[in-house]
Amino acid sequence: MPRHRPRSNRPRSNRPSPGKILLGAFAGLVFFFLLLPLLVVFPISLSSAAYLQFPPPGFSWQWYQRYLDDPGWIEATWRSLQVAALCTALAMGLGVPLAFFLARSRLPGVRLLDRLTAAPIIVPTIILSIALYGVFARLQLVGEWYGLAIAHTVLALPFVVILVGAGLRGFDETQEQAAAGLGAAWPWIVWRVTLPQLRPSLVSAAFLSFVSSFDELVLAMFLSGAAMTLPKKMFDNILMEIDPTIAAVSVLQILLVAVALGLTSLFGRGALTTTITR
Amino acid sequence: MQLSVTGIVRRFGTVAALGGVDLDVAEGEFLTILGPSGSGKTTLLKAIAGFEIPDEGAVTLGGLDVTLAPPRSREVGMVFQNYALFPHMSVAQNIAFPLEMRRRPRAEVRQRVEAALRLVELEGMAARLPRQLSGGQQQRVALARAVVFDPKLLLLDEPFGALDRKLRESLQLEVRRLQRRLGLTTLFITHDQEEALIMSDRIAVMDKGRIQQIGRPGDLYARPASRFVADFLGESNLLEGRAGQGVAQLPGFGAVPLPGAAAQPDGPVTLLLRPEALRVEAAAAPLPCRATGTVLETVFLGQSAKLRLRVEGGAEMLARLPLRPSDPPPPAEGVVVTLGFAPEDLHVVPQG
Amino acid sequence: MSSRKADPAGFAAPGHGRRVVARRREAGLLLLGLPALLLLALVFAWPVLRLLSLSVEGGTLAHFEKAALDGLYVSVLLDSLRIAALVTAICLVLAYPVAFWLSRAGRLGLAIGMFALLLPFWTSVLVRTYAWLVLLGRNGVVNRTLRDWGWTEAPLPLLHNTTGVLIGMVHVLLPYMVLPVYAALLRVDPDLTRAAEGLGAPAWRSFLRVTLPLSMPGVSAGCALVFVLSLGFFITPALLGGGHVIMISMLIEQQVREFLEWPFAAALSTVLLLATLAIYALIGRLTRGARLATS
Repeated sequence: MPRHRPRSNRPRSNRPSPGKILLGAFAGLVFFFLLLPLLVVFPISLSSAAYLQFPPPGFSWQWYQRYLDDPGWIEATWRSLQVAALCTALAMGLGVPLAFFLARSRLPGVRLLDRLTAAPIIVPTIILSIALYGVFARLQLVGEWYGLAIAHTVLALPFVVILVGAGLRGFDETQEQAAAGLGAAWPWIVWRVTLPQLRPSLVSAAFLSFVSSFDELVLAMFLSGAAMTLPKKMFDNILMEIDPTIAAVSVLQILLVAVALGLTSLFGRGALTTTITR
Repeated sequence: MQLSVTGIVRRFGTVAALGGVDLDVAEGEFLTILGPSGSGKTTLLKAIAGFEIPDEGAVTLGGLDVTLAPPRSREVGMVFQNYALFPHMSVAQNIAFPLEMRRRPRAEVRQRVEAALRLVELEGMAARLPRQLSGGQQQRVALARAVVFDPKLLLLDEPFGALDRKLRESLQLEVRRLQRRLGLTTLFITHDQEEALIMSDRIAVMDKGRIQQIGRPGDLYARPASRFVADFLGESNLLEGRAGQGVAQLPGFGAVPLPGAAAQPDGPVTLLLRPEALRVEAAAAPLPCRATGTVLETVFLGQSAKLRLRVEGGAEMLARLPLRPSDPPPPAEGVVVTLGFAPEDLHVVPQG
Repeated sequence: MSSRKADPAGFAAPGHGRRVVARRREAGLLLLGLPALLLLALVFAWPVLRLLSLSVEGGTLAHFEKAALDGLYVSVLLDSLRIAALVTAICLVLAYPVAFWLSRAGRLGLAIGMFALLLPFWTSVLVRTYAWLVLLGRNGVVNRTLRDWGWTEAPLPLLHNTTGVLIGMVHVLLPYMVLPVYAALLRVDPDLTRAAEGLGAPAWRSFLRVTLPLSMPGVSAGCALVFVLSLGFFITPALLGGGHVIMISMLIEQQVREFLEWPFAAALSTVLLLATLAIYALIGRLTRGARLATS
């Protein structure tokens, strides 16, 4: 993504034309549409009513209490955190070196390989899910949390490669030459010169890996077996009982994402949008 | 330390970027590689710094063959065209980098960084980030970083390209002084002939992957060994004539005595006359070789004026007239003037 | 300082040395990439290919015949394509003005817009789907509001039908359209529009003649992404469609889960994958055409 040029893109006249007002109103409505589902779960999660009721008849923390008291929910949350943490570690540990290889190698076929690593994004998850289900069932990996984490790593890898690859291609390689000329060996150059400057991409990539795994449901439906992850538990809850506990869980998730998003945009300047724009 | 490059060849596919380059730089010498873009000077620099390994030939530094050595073991300080300062490190951290890579004790690093900052007159800037500095200051940080570890050789790759003219001129002299003071063997790459003339002990003019001529700036300017060097270094009038019996027939000027006439075989000859050696009007009157010409264009340059003229019965020529404030204005367009030069200002450019 | 040490083999010819250095560099890089490539091969490529090969197990195309001849499966595939196309079209109509507004917005507007775009984007699809259940039901927030304001008498059927699925899917996929278009619009040099207006074109014409064509690469990238992703959608239609809207991915799941019909599921997967790749290639070709037309 090119650097944003706010100044040059800004209209020069101060009086907005009717067209611009209309455009702004339209954009505002779309933003409202996007935020509406997030806003609506807040009041429901604080409702005193047992069934979906809007506006809520009274205020209560009971659904948060129920979430915290239910070992099923807590267990699922822990499992999801565990899976997401391992997935992030694997995706970063494997994906960052892969991005270096794909961005730097001059071997024939590397460009093709670079494109092929995006395949897990394009191939519908349902296909990967049943494909892995078949393999994992044979290896008796279904229900193992680390098996799911490995599967999630496959989905997270392309994001890491795209983000870190974009960072690497935008990186001025003469700096590495300069460091080499000043006496640094390769591991040091990467550690002291290259990686610190890729920090925005790295932070975003880690955030993306974590959140994508934490929210993932389709693979989890097939591979988590009886050991439920949080999304699986929420899915079942929506299908079966649908009480406001799930609203409380949703609010907690939204807050978590908002905080993570804030932190990421603080440390990961603009890199977040790169994944989708490339 | 003494650098010597022998028979370096580097081909990219079928194109030879370097077609057999020999070069010796003496200890403490400031040598400039001057050439247009695509002349191979960057490839040569990369081969010396270790970013490129040649197909043939050798690079020796202080008597050691470093042709295949990785850059980090060459002990060569380099200032890059875009400076290549590490943007996430402060000025002091940038300068300390080569010392840290050599695992110098902390106290020594601090002291040498301070000394380097003093050397480039950036004492108060240690904690700043590169992007908080002006272009000229960044350039000086790059220079400090390149010399702080006492390299055997300093390489400067067009380091003044991004700076405006005034700053460039003052930095050129500063770098020159600093190089003298440290006694650093220095190889400087540029495409700017004026810069090359200002800074160098010697200049090597490169074209098409080869060194065309190497020598002191004054020699190169006065006695270029080829048309290319004559043309590339300074402005020039290249006059085509016929030589015979110690004189050359030049259209418009008639018979002109040739310098070093005895060695000149008869036949076609190319003569170089620098624009400042061509005089007009009163100044031309006492000179032996004269012609008439029409002024085609007059450009006022402050301390001098540049005239484009057409010699009657001859070619177009350039003249550069020194101007004092009290002088009358130079001849205007369309005016017919007398031109003249002294035959000893001619230089015979070798054919081929 | 003993630089000869860097050359332990003592290669006589530097040309040879260069090849060795280059080979060593490539080998090092390959070593970096290898673990991840191995993972992708073992946990992605091999299982997927193995699954696809199940569809022709026993050397018969019977499963594909079944998929092609049984009206049910054909209609589900067509439905999936229709929904994907609708979602793409709605996303484009909503996204283009938003992206355009963002590309012209000031610092604050951009921050607010990006927040409104990215927060839902990163929120779990389940959270959002659950919220839509709350919003769109017969007694949901939307219907109640409409009734309270006297706009409708009977509640609108917004859930457990195509409308609900479309709303949910558009909500999930909208950012995938906005961001590429926004990036493409940023790449359009604002001086170009100014130049066009300076040459006498009214604002809307300079938009149609300059900005719109130059943003086409972003539009087609967004369309490709949204179409391909919606074709394989699973959770949103499963929850918001209430069993009345069936997409091909749900069919695949059903074949495996309920009927253990692996070969047939594999055949359906092959069809889905081929459709996905075909659409991707088609839109990619259109993009190239658009790029040529604008360059």
